[in-house]
Amino acid sequence: MTQLPQTTTKKLGLVIDLDTCVGCHACVISCKGWNTENYGAPLSDTDAYGSDPSGTFLNRVHSYEVQPDQGPAQLIHFPKSCLHCEDAPCVTVCPTGASYKRSEDGIVLVNENDCIGCGLCAWACPYGAREMDAVEKVMKKCTLCVDRIYNENLPEEDREPACVRTCPSNARHFGDFSDPESNVSRLTAERGGMDLMPEQNTKPVNKYLPPRPKDTLSKTSDDIDVLAPYLEPIAQETSGFLGWIDRTLEKI
Amino acid sequence: MNQPKLDLSPKVSDEVRKTTCYMCACRCGINVHLKDGKVAYIEGNKDHPVNKGVLCAKGSAGIMQVNAPSRLRAPLKRIGPRGSGKFQEISWEEALNLAAQRLEPIRKNDPSKLAFFTGRDQSQSFTSFWAQNFGTPNYAAHGGFCSVNMAAAGIYTMGGAFWEFGQPDWDHTKLFMLFGVAEDHDSNPIKMGISKLKARGARIIGVNPIRTGYNAVADDWVGITPGTDGLFILSLIHCLMKAGKIDINYLARYTNASCLVNGDEKSSEFGLLLRDINGKELVIDRASGKPVPFDKKGVKPDLTATHRAAGVTNRTVMHYMADRYLSDTYAPEAVEKRTGISAKRIRSIATEIARVAFDEAIEIDVEWTDFRGETHQKMQGRPVSFHSMRGISAHANGFQTCRALHVLQIILGTVEVPGGFRFKPPYPKPATAHPKPHCKVTPGAPLDGPHLGFVHGPDDLALRDDGTPARIDKAFTWENPMSSHGLMHMVISNAHAGDPYKIDTLFMYMANMSWNSSMNTRGVMDMLTDKDENGNYVIPYIIYSDAYSSEMVAYADLILPDTTYLERHDCISLLDRPISEADAAADAIRWPVIEPDRDVRGFQSVLCELGAKLNLPGFVNGDGSQKYADYGDYIVNHIRKPGIGPLAGFRGDGTQSGRGDVNPNQLDKYIENGGFFVEHIPVGANYFKPWNIDYQNWAVSMGLYDSPQPYLFSLYVEPMRKFQLAAEGHGNRQPPDHLRERIKATLDPLPIWYDPTPKNNADDFPITALTQRPMAMYHSWGSQNAWLRQIHGFNPLYLPTKLMNHNKLTDGDWVKVTSPHGEITVPVMEMSALNENTIWTWNAIGKRKGAWALEDNAPESTKGFLLNHLIHELLPPKGDGLRWANSDPITGQAAWFDLKVRLEKVHTLDESQPAMPAIRSPVGVGPKTLSWKIGK
Amino acid sequence: MHPAPSVIFFTVFSGIGFGLLTFMGLGFPNVFGWSAFTFFVIAYLCSVGGLIASTFHLGHPERALKAFTQWRSSWLSREGWCAVTALCIMAIYALGLVFFKERWAFLGIIGAILSMLTVFTTSMIYTQLKTVPRWHTPFTPIIFLIFSLASGALLSGEALLASILIAIAGSTQIVAWVVGDRVFKISGTTMATATGLGTIGSVRAFEPPHTGTNYLLKEFAFVVGRKHGIKLRLISIGLLAVIPIFLLIAPFSHLLAVLAVISHVAGAFIVRWLFFAEAEHVVGLYYGKR
Ligand SMILES: Nc1nc2c(c(=O)[nH]1)N[C@H]1C(S)=C(S)[C@@H](COP(=O)(O)OP(=O)(O)OC[C@H]3O[C@@H](n4cnc5c(=O)[nH]c(N)nc54)[C@H](O)[C@@H]3O)O[C@H]1N2
Ligand SMILES: Nc1nc2c(c(=O)[nH]1)N[C@H]1C(S)=C(S)[C@@H](COP(=O)(O)OP(=O)(O)OC[C@H]3O[C@@H](n4cnc5c(=O)[nH]c(N)nc54)[C@H](O)[C@@H]3O)O[C@H]1N2
Ligand code: SF4
Ligand code: SF4
Ligand code: SF4
Ligand code: SF4
Ligand code: SF4
Ligand SMILES: [Mo]
Repeated sequence: MTQLPQTTTKKLGLVIDLDTCVGCHACVISCKGWNTENYGAPLSDTDAYGSDPSGTFLNRVHSYEVQPDQGPAQLIHFPKSCLHCEDAPCVTVCPTGASYKRSEDGIVLVNENDCIGCGLCAWACPYGAREMDAVEKVMKKCTLCVDRIYNENLPEEDREPACVRTCPSNARHFGDFSDPESNVSRLTAERGGMDLMPEQNTKPVNKYLPPRPKDTLSKTSDDIDVLAPYLEPIAQETSGFLGWIDRTLEKI
Repeated sequence: MNQPKLDLSPKVSDEVRKTTCYMCACRCGINVHLKDGKVAYIEGNKDHPVNKGVLCAKGSAGIMQVNAPSRLRAPLKRIGPRGSGKFQEISWEEALNLAAQRLEPIRKNDPSKLAFFTGRDQSQSFTSFWAQNFGTPNYAAHGGFCSVNMAAAGIYTMGGAFWEFGQPDWDHTKLFMLFGVAEDHDSNPIKMGISKLKARGARIIGVNPIRTGYNAVADDWVGITPGTDGLFILSLIHCLMKAGKIDINYLARYTNASCLVNGDEKSSEFGLLLRDINGKELVIDRASGKPVPFDKKGVKPDLTATHRAAGVTNRTVMHYMADRYLSDTYAPEAVEKRTGISAKRIRSIATEIARVAFDEAIEIDVEWTDFRGETHQKMQGRPVSFHSMRGISAHANGFQTCRALHVLQIILGTVEVPGGFRFKPPYPKPATAHPKPHCKVTPGAPLDGPHLGFVHGPDDLALRDDGTPARIDKAFTWENPMSSHGLMHMVISNAHAGDPYKIDTLFMYMANMSWNSSMNTRGVMDMLTDKDENGNYVIPYIIYSDAYSSEMVAYADLILPDTTYLERHDCISLLDRPISEADAAADAIRWPVIEPDRDVRGFQSVLCELGAKLNLPGFVNGDGSQKYADYGDYIVNHIRKPGIGPLAGFRGDGTQSGRGDVNPNQLDKYIENGGFFVEHIPVGANYFKPWNIDYQNWAVSMGLYDSPQPYLFSLYVEPMRKFQLAAEGHGNRQPPDHLRERIKATLDPLPIWYDPTPKNNADDFPITALTQRPMAMYHSWGSQNAWLRQIHGFNPLYLPTKLMNHNKLTDGDWVKVTSPHGEITVPVMEMSALNENTIWTWNAIGKRKGAWALEDNAPESTKGFLLNHLIHELLPPKGDGLRWANSDPITGQAAWFDLKVRLEKVHTLDESQPAMPAIRSPVGVGPKTLSWKIGK
Repeated sequence: MHPAPSVIFFTVFSGIGFGLLTFMGLGFPNVFGWSAFTFFVIAYLCSVGGLIASTFHLGHPERALKAFTQWRSSWLSREGWCAVTALCIMAIYALGLVFFKERWAFLGIIGAILSMLTVFTTSMIYTQLKTVPRWHTPFTPIIFLIFSLASGALLSGEALLASILIAIAGSTQIVAWVVGDRVFKISGTTMATATGLGTIGSVRAFEPPHTGTNYLLKEFAFVVGRKHGIKLRLISIGLLAVIPIFLLIAPFSHLLAVLAVISHVAGAFIVRWLFFAEAEHVVGLYYGKR
């Protein structure tokens, strides 16, 4: 079924909050840990203790500097995993049907038994969300922790992706975008959740919340008059100051 | 469509064992998933008070640490020259005999010939107990080179500092200001806190020359000039005081601002606080106008009083503060150039602080009663909070800067109130409630008391009768009188120099002293390998316990290999550095969730055995037999004080908390409970703790204090004045003359700012070079981790755009970085969000070839580097023939961040410089490929 | 994009092989028996050899048959079907020529069309990728087809036609380069859209996610220096078109013809190397590589 489902019952995905992500890489490693032990082949590492270590990761955290017209440069941490696109080009290019999008929840997966390791799906993905495992030679990608979110061997509260569960800053949210009342839909609406590379027409399910405006404090005080009363001197030197204290204490 | 059928409920593990993480000192709770008895997956424990389920990158990578090829496998005896890495594996019996043979005569003749220093120790209450029983005065952990400025300034000022002492009231604060923090120990809690603030739309201001991590998500970034935070903070204090935006009610009631200061210039007590015959500080009661002890029932202290007696006018501390801080020295205009923050910006920040503290004040509808017996209907909160760490403390003016920050919090009335900063039990605990340092050595007998503590004047210094330092690290001497954590960074150089005396054996645990935790790394290697005229090592014998093949291993004569953190017992104790929360006391354990597959033993258990072999009183029974079979046994059965032991939970019959008899099933109870214990503070007792009588009583019931000890915050730190008085010539214990002026200038009882950079550096070395903790690495010990080292395999030197352009550099070019002490040559990268005269790199990524089971051409060695080569433990000579330490003159804290350098573009090199020759790896190198999977 | 030798070999040789098959199918050269056999051997060696080479870059070549299942959506799958049917039909057609000295023209034409379709499907594997703007243009199939036809003509000994096709191939390639140099920009995908941060200011990559390398960087972030690129383009056009044309217009000799083929193929190799090496994948933007 290299073809995409017409519609999916649910639209499961992540909201990633660029305003809150501190770039700690916790999600990167917990994803690596969970997916090494679970779904499909382990995520391998080559030259693990040598000069050119290189491993398979399903989630990686970039960082960017943004220079606004005015004010200091800003630094933004930027986690990126599969966006579980609605129009997933990685699925349609797959010659074997190994890549597919689940009709029930929209999760894009690779059936590793069918994958021939041609790499084409990784070429088709604009986001760099797929990596060929160097040892197993099959395509690996974020599974949205499909083996956690429905897993009855896990306590109910743990049925969420490993990266979401572990994120210390709560910058990752998991939910169903087809439900307008879900946490992810609401966050997206409230905070202007955006698509990456919308011009690629992949219709990503995952949304990114943009950073809130920064360095506004000095800007507001351009308007020093409004705030001036806060720093209106009550006295210039010790005696006047102590006098003011005395009078004020009297009133308490 | 026929999708494959997936098993959506695969089995996760055979068993989950709950213990405590040790990939750093945050001490989060972890669920260790086991399959076939092996670690399959590690996740956060949702019930745990510290991390509530979340886990950082290091914590999740624990599986790669537990299986790291760098793990030591058996005790080692050196057979090649020191530093070569040539060892022979020996049995534990032989290892313990070697150690005992060496230590026995030392103890019998002169215990101070043993220096026992324990680095990143989480069992200090135990290791210090061992050292005390041995009788050496030479014991400390790593606090002296880490952040003693922060800890000591906090305790002297208000009975606790940040991190394990306390935390912002994350649920209520509306403005959070963060000074000089990249990661800190409370790694996960800070991130969880930040997310709470973000969710509520509270403002975060980051003060840091570098805008990464927390500072990157802060709403406002203040890219301050390094070393000038004190000036900036005092300027904020100036603005707030001048505008009357201070909480005078709070100041009057809860701080020594209302205490009277002896104003008699001729007196030997000039500048000390006036006290009654019981030693209680005196205040003037507003009702009677009479001097009374501060804690008398019903007293309303007068902040602005003067008190004339015997022709002398004694004024309150508040007078002195007004004199000092209203002065134009601290006006924004006067400090803007030095701090690099415009006067307008300083004002706008002061304004915001004032607005939030006073206009957005909050109230919690809970009644409480203070120590003077007054009942308050509500808990008034000022929702401004602060947090800070090494960015302000690792400078030579760090103690005073940390003090300044606490004074700022206190004048706002935001400590221990809703929305402000809150202590975690056993804090608050004023300096006076801590022990004083002890150093009296008796051959063959224990030391006269605990090594470390808080001095309250010259009498408490650790000096011998002849006035020379009693301790090898010269802690608690005139050079750094208030060095509460000792000075681990001075041990090797002092021992090498025989100054103040020579030692025989250096016994160390968990500190990579020949590499990233030393200043002057190259020099330290030389000192460790240096021989005297007879061909003997100048430091005769070195015993070291590490779990991994670190750079330090090569320099020891005897290696005691430790287990990893999942293979041993550990105790995170209220006697030591617990994991409490502002609302609860909590402690925790580690326990062997897997068995070691090598011939290694937990270090603390080894100390139990060695202690017994040496016949140390605390470690043998009456009949001379070994008292504690192992550390687990000690944790359960050791009694500190009647009813009080290392663990506070499940005492007695298993239901008692804090106080209670030994419970032989205590460890099982902890394991059942997820590896930790929490006792909540009753509502109503959980704010205003230093003065809240309900809290004081609860703390006594928990065994935190023996009796209620309400106290005043010390805006004015009297012990500092006592050292000044000595420097002015008062008292019998007198400082050496060359230190008098410095003591007078720096030990000011009210916070001041002075320039921490040595004068001769400013022109030749105009750039500050800093390090930051990477969130995904713990010092040196993350590089052996196959997952983490892919994230930080080397560390570029980050330069601001201005310096890139000025030196015509592009990313990947190489520069020579020169400090007054040395030079390194390394690759650079550009960063815009950076103070324009500051360069930086990630800390401790550079590795020595041959260490950590990495291949010799690992990027950690070929491109990675340490700034430590540029930093010396001593300042460049001043021409006065004296050796001045590169540390804070008050606490001796290592001034890592006063490093000044200059840059020069050079040709691309194959390897960063200096490149050290490889050491021989005692464990070989790791495998080429990993494809880790336990199940199936 | 990483210029994997197996893929370069595959596209060049399958292009040549199917090009020759196309001409054979259409009756050029008009040969029978052993002489036809020789031509078919060359054509099959090239096309099948190319196809086999393409499996070298598969992680699991043993599962290659699964690639035939998704012809409804996957160009790679379609390519498989086209190639196999083209080869089968041409095999029957070849039987006629070699053993029965018969030209079953209808089969030949079908085979020729399928051969070209195979080349077309191969080209569509690249063309369909929006993620690689340089490939995502009509030039990709045009170039693949013309190159295939030109080399087919050359190998089938149609000197004049070959010269003309080679000239067209060379000049189309030049136009494709010029246009290709601009398409990334025109595609509208930038660091600003990739990160969504463009609304705040100008975006610059700071720290990459890992200091080490990874599959994506190895596969997609291959960068060839601009200076080298221009030099290689000149050399490749010389080898691909200029030299062969000179050799072809010169009085016919077997040696010159062989030289022309060698030169042309060498040129095609460089062109194909550049096709990959100069192609930039949008994912490079996330790594600040562009
Ligand atoms: N340039 C620069 N240098 C610095 C700093 C800086 O900011 N800049 N910071 C300083 C500070 S604050 C600190 S605290 C120091 C830290 O420096 P260190 O205290 O040296 O810290 P680590 O590198 O973590 O090394 C501790 C040692 O403990 C070993 N170890 C790990 N786990 C175990 C275990 O379970 N058992 C035993 N026995 N050993 C174990 C490791 O293998 C390692 O050899 O660095 C200091 N150095
Ligand atoms: N992941 C991880 N966590 C750790 C550790 C680790 O190695 N890795 N180490 C642990 C240890 S031992 C310690 S001591 C703590 C330390 O935790 P932090 O205090 O966060 O230590 P550093 O990373 O050294 O960060 C110091 C920060 O201060 C800034 N700074 C330097 N000089 C100045 C200045 O003059 N003014 C201001 N405002 N800022 C300045 C630096 O830019 C840097 O951001 O972290 C602990 N936690
Ligand atoms: S765990 Fe959360 S805060 Fe850390 S990098 Fe991932 S998303 Fe960002
Ligand atoms: S992000 Fe990439 S891999 Fe994931 S669905 Fe979209 S195109 Fe496919
Ligand atoms: S690599 Fe595997 S999943 Fe990807 S396109 Fe090829 S066969 Fe499909
Ligand atoms: S959802 Fe699961 S697989 Fe996807 S990035 Fe998160 S942890 Fe990795
Ligand atoms: S912060 Fe990370 S490494 Fe430190 S204890 Fe917690 S989980 Fe472990
Ligand atoms: Mo530290």
